[in-house]
Amino acid sequence: MSRLTIVASLLMLPMTLSSGAPAQATDWQQVSIPPLPAFHPKEPKRIEFPNGMIVFLQEDHELPLIDGIARIRGGSRSEPGDKAGMLDMYGEVWRTGGTKTQTGDELDDYLEVRAAKVETGASADSTTISWSCLKSDFDDVFKVFAELLREPEFRADKLDLAQREMYDAISRRNDDVSEIAQRESAKLAYGKDNPYTRQPEYATVAAVSREDLLNWHHAHVYPNSIILGVVGDFDSAAMEAKLREAFGQWTKGPVFKAPEIKLEPGKPGYYLIPKSDVNQSNIRMVDLGIRKDNPDYFAAQVFNEAFGGGFSSRLFRNIRSALGLAYAVGGGIGSAFDHQGIERIAMGTKSQSTVEAIQALDKQIDDLKTNPISEDEIKRAKDSILNSFVFNFDSPEKVLRERMAYEFYGYPADFLERFRTGIERVQPADVQRVVTKYLHKDQLRVLVVGNTSEFDKPLTDLGPVTNVDISIPPPPGEKSAPAGSQSQ
Amino acid sequence: MGQHARLQGPRLRSLPELRIPRYAWLLGMTTLCALCLITAAAAQDIASFEKRITLKKLNNGLTVLICERPEAPVFSFYTHVDAGSVQDPLDKTGLAHMFEHMAFKGTDTIGSKDYPAEKASLEKVEQAYAAYLRERDKPIDRDETKIKQLETAWQDAVKQANQYVIPNQFTEIIERNGGEDLNASTNYDETNYFYSLPANRFELWAYLESSRFMHPVMREFYKERNVVIEERRMRTDSNPIGRLLEQFTTAAFQASEYHRPTIGWMSDLNSFSATDAENFFNEYYIPSNMVLTVVGDVKAGEAMPIIEKYFGRIPSHEKPDERITNEPPQNSERRVVLQEMAQPLYLEGYHRPDYLSPDDAVYDGIADLMSEGRTSRLYRALVRDKKIASDAAGFTGLPGNKYAHLFAFYAFCMPGHKPDEMATAIHEEIDKLKTQDISDDELKMIKTRAKANLIRSLGSNSGLAFELGINQARYDDWRELFRQVDRIDKISKADIRRVANKTFTASNRTVGIIETAAPPSAQPSKGGE
Repeated sequence: MSRLTIVASLLMLPMTLSSGAPAQATDWQQVSIPPLPAFHPKEPKRIEFPNGMIVFLQEDHELPLIDGIARIRGGSRSEPGDKAGMLDMYGEVWRTGGTKTQTGDELDDYLEVRAAKVETGASADSTTISWSCLKSDFDDVFKVFAELLREPEFRADKLDLAQREMYDAISRRNDDVSEIAQRESAKLAYGKDNPYTRQPEYATVAAVSREDLLNWHHAHVYPNSIILGVVGDFDSAAMEAKLREAFGQWTKGPVFKAPEIKLEPGKPGYYLIPKSDVNQSNIRMVDLGIRKDNPDYFAAQVFNEAFGGGFSSRLFRNIRSALGLAYAVGGGIGSAFDHQGIERIAMGTKSQSTVEAIQALDKQIDDLKTNPISEDEIKRAKDSILNSFVFNFDSPEKVLRERMAYEFYGYPADFLERFRTGIERVQPADVQRVVTKYLHKDQLRVLVVGNTSEFDKPLTDLGPVTNVDISIPPPPGEKSAPAGSQSQ
Repeated sequence: MGQHARLQGPRLRSLPELRIPRYAWLLGMTTLCALCLITAAAAQDIASFEKRITLKKLNNGLTVLICERPEAPVFSFYTHVDAGSVQDPLDKTGLAHMFEHMAFKGTDTIGSKDYPAEKASLEKVEQAYAAYLRERDKPIDRDETKIKQLETAWQDAVKQANQYVIPNQFTEIIERNGGEDLNASTNYDETNYFYSLPANRFELWAYLESSRFMHPVMREFYKERNVVIEERRMRTDSNPIGRLLEQFTTAAFQASEYHRPTIGWMSDLNSFSATDAENFFNEYYIPSNMVLTVVGDVKAGEAMPIIEKYFGRIPSHEKPDERITNEPPQNSERRVVLQEMAQPLYLEGYHRPDYLSPDDAVYDGIADLMSEGRTSRLYRALVRDKKIASDAAGFTGLPGNKYAHLFAFYAFCMPGHKPDEMATAIHEEIDKLKTQDISDDELKMIKTRAKANLIRSLGSNSGLAFELGINQARYDDWRELFRQVDRIDKISKADIRRVANKTFTASNRTVGIIETAAPPSAQPSKGGE
């Protein structure tokens, strides 16, 4: 029986029910909304091999395609700080460096002539290797996938290329204001040298060797650390047999241990990064958010929707629509599966309204005390989340993706269903409790990236200001960073 | 690879990406895959889609396309309006995009506490604004005191009108009913509106979508104009690549309306009125200028009568004249060089004919050959072998493709390398196109990928709605989506040489460069003085 049995309950919030108006409706409230038909999305088949590898098979016969992705435990938050950027390069050279039998360039030719892809990548907590191909090419492409998974070569010329690309990315990292704002505000929320926020530098990239990539691979890529998902036009029994043949005899490895990471937010207050070539200030207010297994998660989601989530949210309505102070404004209490997310309020406003905009955001936060999120706002937020709930599983691929994420983080397989129930149960008092518990104006780190010469008032009018230095440390042996990388 | 997005012509969306995508797929398998076994794919696909597609032209001229795809109880739609920023009146750039923002502001029945009273006060706002503008824009004898008074009078009229507004009610109804990916976009060629809903909200959708194109109300216009001005600051003024693209496009087109930015020039944004937006709407938003595409869990037999009932209400008049000035042949290279506090970048573009050109598929083939994946010529030459660029590609459709436009190449310089080196390396690759046939394998890759890309585009309601809708709008036949593959299948090695020789000439070229400016004299900032 499917865990995601979604019945007509999606209808719980009809705006109005009137029987099918024969004549034309002249008022939107007279338009009839029939019950949503019962819908039972297909669950993927979960298989656990004796060596610990987890496999999910999701048949989808609409198009003649087969795609797959393996997610492997361990990512950049486990890399050594003096080699920051190592996993980025691992994620690239894994693919470009080729296998024992074929160079990366040879793989490119082999795959492109079939319009197929095999790609690798890395994130904070995992690495991935995926393929995508036409059904009739499956055997050809899967062979490459399996070989690259087990026997990558990490050829040195491709590490050299990846390092050069990293140097290029480092040199460009202060070119775009919103990128600066996003990156530096994350540091204020998590801590500057934190494994989640530390950034690759010329020296840390240069310190990475081919040996490092091979060692990482041999230390992490074992069947018991892998979750493999396959979706597409195949027969599950036949696919299972192929996967067992390819991976069933693979020997188990050590159990991966996720690193203990301490999050150390910066001191609350105002932070400034001057940028003289812009006419709009990027403002970010941050604090630590929550984990998704926090009992407050559901109320936080309702709060986010009501406060900073969409067209109807307070921030959009008051800062954008009513004041016209921003094009982009929004935010909320961010969450993540296995560590605290970032609570973040973000906006962009013309230089001349920088301080005015911060004060307007402050007022929105203060207002939450004197004018709490109302029952009506909560109902609207819940309507929005629950009525769009079906979009979480309206394709077999999305259902697979969900299940793989829950498996990876050790969440219950029916987390999505629990999410729905959790949202339904949220009461105004829960939202108010969450606001009181997690949103403190005096605890926020307020970062402004902007053109100080055009500000309406000095930022110091609001309180003491710390200047953040974003200048890029020069490559080892050079006196200064490449031209243009100054932070001004 | 794949940084095209960084350089594609600006496609403006009215909303920021505020919502964290619900579940970000964690892979790099962005590009599509399939095999060349399916040579007869196009014909088969057309046959299978014929069964699921219902096309109807309503009495008022509106084209409606319904594609049944009952995978899940949801549907997506895409409203295509054949008017983009190219249709902006001469001194009112940005107006098409501005109207797109206004299409979220409600109607006479949605968003107002008392529409007759609101209507009267909105008329007063327009009178007051016109009076203010007349004085503000006087070339001589401007009276500053009078300007201030008139500005205050206009702002007071705005306040009066605002008391009748129910803020954001139109979008709130959509959101409450489970609307997903609610947004719109304006580009040079057209304006697009789209979102998805649970299938049981179909009639409500028909009511809402038809209403906003029957009786939109220009409420809160001048505040929304400020929002759009912030959008300009974000996308163009405060972004080095945005600044380059604006200057580059302006230089490449001197006669064609493509020389004007979709977002609009600042002085126009500070001048045009709600009346202007309403006039634009009245001229271009007519049923015969629109294509409505619905894909998902709907039955045409039930859905079409509902659509006729609601959308049939929209009044019509003659289709507007959308001819523009033809860009005359360019007879000398043009260059735009920006000194920026950013890393260097090289961009060049060559004029080519519009999307109806018989060579359209050849240009697509060249773009694929030069740019697609790690086997592409520019990646291999500039990134892999010469190691002078971190990314390089060629693409067509800058800044649009409905009218004669540009085929462009770009390269991001690796540290220590200069834009001129990019130019030399790109020109070497272009010369190869002109003088040597491409290989059999390369030609096969181009054709295989075209088929694969098509298959991949058929897998979602929203993607399918867009593809079918744009083909119906552009060719008056959705089947062109499938026939494009046939056209690519017919291109020959000789076609590629011929088109390269015809197009990629020095006098037909416009160059855009970002050079890194010398650091400004250090001025330590003290807490934002």
